[in-house]
Amino acid sequence: MIATHLPILQVVIPLMAAPLCLLLRRPRLCWALSLAVSVIALVIALLLLGRALSEGPISYALGNWSPPWGIEYRVDVVNAFMLIIIAAIGTIVQIFAPRSISHEILPSQHTLFYTLYLLFLSGLLGVTITGDTFNVYVFLEISALSTYALIALGRDRRALTAAFRYLVLGSIGATFILIGIGLMYMMTGTLNMADMAQRLQPMLDSRTALAALAFLGVGLTLKLALFPLHIWLPDAYTYAPTVVTVLMGVVTKVWIYVFLRFAFTIWGQEFVFTEMHLQDLLVPLSLIGMLAASTAAIFQRNVKRMLAYSSVAQIGYMMLGVSFVSQTGLSGTIVHLFNHALLQAALFMALGAMLLRVGSPLLDDLRGIGRQMPWTMAAFVLGGLGLIGVPLTVGFISKWYFILAALEKGWWLVASLILLTSLLAVIYIWRVVEVAYFQQPDPNTTPVKEAPLSMQLPIWVLIMSILFFGISTKWTAGLAERAAAWLFGGGP
Amino acid sequence: MAVRGWAVNPSVSLLVAILLPLFAAPLIALLGRRPNLREAVTLTTGGLLFLNALALVGPLLDGQRPALVLAEILPGLSLVFELEPLGLLFALLASGLWIITSLYAIGYMRGHHERNQTRFYVFFALAISAVQGVALAGNLLTLFIFYELLTFTTYPLVTHHRTPEAQRRGRIYLGMLLGTSFFFLLLAIVLTWQLTGTLDFRSGGILTGKADGLLLGVLLALYAFGIGKAALMPFHRWLPAAMVAPTPVSALLHAVAVVKAGVFAILKVVVYVFGLDLLNETDINTWLIYVAGGTMIIASLVALTQDNLKARLAYSTIGQLSYIVMGAALANGWGVLGGGLHIVAHALAKITLFFCAGAIMVTLHKTEVSQMRGIGRQMPLTMGAFFIASVSIIGLPPTGGAWSKWFLILGGLETGHYVAVGILVLSSLLSIGYLIPIVINAFFFPAQDNGGLKEAPTLSVIALTLTALGCLVLFLYPGPLLTLLRLMGVF
Repeated sequence: MIATHLPILQVVIPLMAAPLCLLLRRPRLCWALSLAVSVIALVIALLLLGRALSEGPISYALGNWSPPWGIEYRVDVVNAFMLIIIAAIGTIVQIFAPRSISHEILPSQHTLFYTLYLLFLSGLLGVTITGDTFNVYVFLEISALSTYALIALGRDRRALTAAFRYLVLGSIGATFILIGIGLMYMMTGTLNMADMAQRLQPMLDSRTALAALAFLGVGLTLKLALFPLHIWLPDAYTYAPTVVTVLMGVVTKVWIYVFLRFAFTIWGQEFVFTEMHLQDLLVPLSLIGMLAASTAAIFQRNVKRMLAYSSVAQIGYMMLGVSFVSQTGLSGTIVHLFNHALLQAALFMALGAMLLRVGSPLLDDLRGIGRQMPWTMAAFVLGGLGLIGVPLTVGFISKWYFILAALEKGWWLVASLILLTSLLAVIYIWRVVEVAYFQQPDPNTTPVKEAPLSMQLPIWVLIMSILFFGISTKWTAGLAERAAAWLFGGGP
Repeated sequence: MAVRGWAVNPSVSLLVAILLPLFAAPLIALLGRRPNLREAVTLTTGGLLFLNALALVGPLLDGQRPALVLAEILPGLSLVFELEPLGLLFALLASGLWIITSLYAIGYMRGHHERNQTRFYVFFALAISAVQGVALAGNLLTLFIFYELLTFTTYPLVTHHRTPEAQRRGRIYLGMLLGTSFFFLLLAIVLTWQLTGTLDFRSGGILTGKADGLLLGVLLALYAFGIGKAALMPFHRWLPAAMVAPTPVSALLHAVAVVKAGVFAILKVVVYVFGLDLLNETDINTWLIYVAGGTMIIASLVALTQDNLKARLAYSTIGQLSYIVMGAALANGWGVLGGGLHIVAHALAKITLFFCAGAIMVTLHKTEVSQMRGIGRQMPLTMGAFFIASVSIIGLPPTGGAWSKWFLILGGLETGHYVAVGILVLSSLLSIGYLIPIVINAFFFPAQDNGGLKEAPTLSVIALTLTALGCLVLFLYPGPLLTLLRLMGVF
C-alpha cells in the first residue's frame, strides 16, 4: 500500500513537515524533525532507485488522474540517482547544522532556518521527481523562494544584497523557463513530459519551437550558473551561512538534471545539440567557465569565495560533459553530479568548522590552522585532493570520463584544457595548504580548539565516501553509465 | 629454497607488501612519545617487508605470476597487483634499503636534533607503502595511482623543515611532478585505454597494430616526459629542489625510491606496453636515446659546477637516471638488462654517497665541497665508503656499476647506436671529474680544523658501510639479479 505511494511521499512529507516545524517553534525539536524527514526522504529515494532498477520506470498518477491529463510523477534511473544526491546531502547537512548555525544564524531565526530547509528540500525533490513540465515550475518557485530567504539568514549584511541579487536573476531565469514551458504548451497542448516529447517532434521546425528552446536554454543555464550567467553565484555562496552554501551546491546540480531532462528526453539530443548548434555554444562556454573561474579562484583572499569560484568551474566540467553528446561524456556528468556534491559538501563543511572556531574565512586568518585543527584541516586537504582529481578520490573518476570523452571525439585541445584546469585546482588548494601548515598563527590571537564531534562526524563521513567511491565505483559510475544509456535511449 | 616454505599464499603477500607499511604508519604516530619503541616499529616493519618480498622470489622462479584484484575502479579497469620480475626486484630493493636507511635515520635525526621526528617516520612509512604499490602494480592505472600517492606522501618529507625555503622548493617539487604526471602521463594512459581497451602489462606489449607511427611517437613522448620522476630534461628541476629535505629522505627517496619509481615505470611501459619489437619496427625510440644522452651530459656538466655536495649528487642522479632511460630507449635485451641492473647498482652507490653527505653534515657541519679538504683523516670510514660508491657511479670494477654500464654499452653496440656508446663513456669521464676530486681533497690534504678522528653516529656509519659493501658484492655476485631479470623474457 505505502510502497505504491512512495513517489508522492517523497515530496509531501517534507512539504507537510515545514508548517509543522513552524508550529513546534523550539529549535531542537525542529532540528529533530528535519533530520528525521531528511532520513526518511533518503530511505524513500533509495527504495525508489531499487524499484526503478528492477522494474523499470515508475509512473505515479497524482490523485489517480491518469496522465497525460493529470500530473504524473515519474522515476527512472536518472532522477532516482538525483533524488538520492539531494536527500543524502540534506541528511548530512542536518547532522552538521546545529553547531554550525549556532554562530552563523541568529538564535531567534533557527526555527525559520529549519522550516525553510524543509520547503527547500520538498522543492528540489519535487523538481526532480515530477514528469510534468508545469510542476517543474511550481517546485522551482518553492525551492527558489526558500533559497533566497535562506541566504538572507546570513549574519553578514552583505548576505542581503547577495540574496536580492540572486532573487532578481533567479526570477528572470524562472520567468524564462516559464515562458519556454508556456510556448511548448501552446504548441503541443500538453504539459506531460512524455506526451510532450512525442507531440513536439513534428513541430520542431516551427519558430515557436525555436523561441521555446531559446527561452528554456537561457533560463536553465542561468539557474545552473553556467558561465557567463554565473554572476549571482559567488556572492550568494560567500555570504550565505555555511550550511546554506552546502545546500545551494545541490541546487545547481538539480538544474543540470532538469537541463538533461529537457534536452535529452523532451527535445531530443539530435535537435538540441546538432541541429540547433547548442554544442558549438556550450563547449566554449563550459571551457571558458572552467578556466576563468579556476583562475579567479586562485586570486581570492576569502576561502569561501574561492570554493564558490571552484564550484563555477565544476559546473563548467559538468556542462562540458553534456555537450560532448556522447555516452562517455554524459556518464561523466552524471557521476560528477554525485562526486562533486560530496566534494563540495566536504570542503564547505570543513571550512564551516574552521569558521566556527576562527570566525573568519579569510586566508590570512587561517594561518597555522593545520596545527590547531589537525583533523578538520586534514579533511580539507583530502577534499581538496578530490577536487584536483587525485586518484583514489571521486574527482579522479569524473576526470577520467571527461578526458576519455574528449579523446573519443579527437578533441585534443579540450582534453588538455581539462587537464590544465585540474592543475589550476592544485594551485588554489595549495595556497590554503601552505597557509595552514607553513605559516605561524598571529601571536595576538588566542589559539583555537579542534571542531566538535557533531561537525567532525559528518565531515569525515563525506571524506570516507569520497575515498570509497573513488575506489569502488559500481554504484556511482556504474549507475551513471546506465542513466546515460537511458537518456540516450530517449525514454521519458 | 628456505624462504619458500614461509610464504602462505603469494597473492596475499602482494597485498601484505602494501598494507604492512600502511598500517605501521598510524602505529608510529601513536608511539610518538616513545622514540625507541617508535623506531623499533619502523625497523620491524622494514624487516618483515623485506622477508615478505623475499618469499615472493620462490613462486616467481617457479614460473608463477600471481595476481590480486582489489577493486574495480572504473568499469573494466581494476586496482590490481601482480608479481613481475622487475617489480619484485624494485620491491626488494626499496624494502631492503628502507631498513638500512632507518638505521641511518635514527643516528642522523637524533644527531642533528631534528624536530617533528614522528611525522617524519610516519610519512616515510606511507611513502614506502606507495613505492611497494608502484613496484607490484598489475596495470598502468594501478601504477599511476601509486605513482601519484608517492608524490603526495613525500611532499611533507621534502618540506619537513617548514621554512620559507622548504615551502618554495616544495612548490617546485609538487608543481613539476604533478604537472608532468597530470598533463602528460594521465593523457597517455587514457589514450592507451582508448586505443587498446586494456591497461594490462603484457609481454610483447599491447599497442601493436593499434596506432600508426606518429601517434605512437607522441604517446611515447607523453610517457617519457609524463613520468617526471625519471627526471628527463627539461623536467628535472624538482630533484635538486627536493634536496631541502633531511638527508635520509634525499638518500632513500631521491636517490632510490622516488626516482627509481620513475625509471622503473619507463622500463615497464617500454617492455610491457609498447613491446621492444614494436619500438624497433617503428623506430620511434631513437629520439629518446638522444634526449637521455643529452640529459646525461648536461646534468654531469652542471654537477661539476655545484659546490653544495647534496646538489652535486642530485645532478649526478639526474644523469644516472638517464642511463636507465637510455637502456629502455635502446629497446633491446642488453639495454633492458643494463637498465634493470642499473636500478640496483645506482641505488646502492647513490644512497651511500648521500649517507656520507649527511654524515659529514651531522658530524662536521659541512655542506659545501670546498670546505671538505682533509676530512678523510677525520672520517676515514665515511670517506672510504664515499670512494667505493664513487667508483660504482663512474662504472669501474670492482663495483656493481661496472656491470650495468657494460651491458648498456653492449646494447648500444648491438643496435648500432655508437653515439650512445660515446655518450656513456663521456658521462663516465665527467663523473670522475665531479666525484674523485672530493675524495682526493679529503685524503691528501691535512684537516682544516685540526680535529682528530671524529666519525658520524655509529648507526649511521654502520648503514653507510653496509651499502658500500653492497656495491662490491654486486660486482662479485650479480648472478641472482641476472636470473631474476632474465625472467622478464626479453633476453
